Amino acid sequence: MQAGKPILYSYFRSSCSWRVRIALALKGIDFEMVPVNLIKDGGQQLAIIEYLEETRPTPRLLPRDPKKRASVRMISDLIASGIQPLQNLSILKKVGEETQLTWAQNAITSGFNALEQILQSTAGKYCVGDEVTMADLCLVPQVANAERFKVDFTPYPTISCINKRLLALEAFQVSHPCRQPDTPTELRA
Amino acid sequence: MQAGKPILYSYFRSSCSWRVRIALALKGIDFEMVPVNLIKDGGQQFSKAFQALNPMKQVPTLKIDGITIHQSLAIIEYLEETRPTPRLLPRDPKKRASVRMISDLIASGIQPLQNLSILKKVGEETQLTWAQNAITSGFNALEQILQSTAGKYCVGDEVTMADLCLVPQVANAERFKVDFTPYPTISCINKRLLALEAFQVSHPCRQPDTPTELRA
Repeated sequence: MQAGKPILYSYFRSSCSWRVRIALALKGIDFEMVPVNLIKDGGQQLAIIEYLEETRPTPRLLPRDPKKRASVRMISDLIASGIQPLQNLSILKKVGEETQLTWAQNAITSGFNALEQILQSTAGKYCVGDEVTMADLCLVPQVANAERFKVDFTPYPTISCINKRLLALEAFQVSHPCRQPDTPTELRA
Repeated sequence: MQAGKPILYSYFRSSCSWRVRIALALKGIDFEMVPVNLIKDGGQQFSKAFQALNPMKQVPTLKIDGITIHQSLAIIEYLEETRPTPRLLPRDPKKRASVRMISDLIASGIQPLQNLSILKKVGEETQLTWAQNAITSGFNALEQILQSTAGKYCVGDEVTMADLCLVPQVANAERFKVDFTPYPTISCINKRLLALEAFQVSHPCRQPDTPTELRA
């Protein structure tokens, strides 16, 4: 049916690539990585994850219940459309060096303020209930971005907690930016 | 099971709200509309009441089946899963991936970069160019992608979620005076879609909160 392994074009530091790497790791899908230095972030990675979910359904990344699926997609979209595009590389280049840090921090804190509130009703061990879902795949890379931009996490105890719990899982470790083929030596784990 | 009709919080001109209005019209779902004016009174989305409903302070928000959903694509996917006819996503996973990819391109790659709150931040003199750049970058990519996915509509010959994203984004592009010469496929599909009833009843110029001077 398939000719050869899936090929992922990935940038070690891209939060969008990281989401997909986590999905591939969780589903145990063997793939070939082609490092790309400059990527056009477009947030189309959720389409990839949904395709992986439909064609390689175990383990699940979306719950069975439509209302819980809506929560997962809502949180994923909040991050993938509401935060990440506003603080990605190409936008930051446009806003210029002096404004970059504040701009990125504002984009992230606006989104995290909303997310922290939403998680009060959806979260169990993870973003939605007690199983890892697509929402968690979006959360961890976004938190890493936030840390890079020196965002203060005091207002986000739920986000911090869930992030820590997720980082302990193997799929989130093997896919981590500090362990990729294209990770620069000084940033390697 | 349900108590009462679904309630949609919408702004006539919001492209994200329009996507959901089209979905509700296509699926024949009767709903109540609560307009949220994004500009009046400093923006009604910033009221405490609305913030409690949607912490992102954005439209659309849909209350349905006892839950509240934000993010237009999450709403549309929920409608698709609970009211599956007519389909807004094909059966084939690869075609579904194309539909989602195009939807994401617009909903993550273009719209957030030219929405009201960003344009406020970049300031009045830069606004138009900023919006045009966001849209043309995205449309350049989309026109290319459509070469391999499009039939009558964005993906094949049936209306899908991708088409629900396309039409409102084209309307935004027109508002920002984007030149459509490089986008014949986008233009063609848009025209074809605007002829359909669901795209007309949901149009910004026909909403309860459409200002008189902009009404159809």
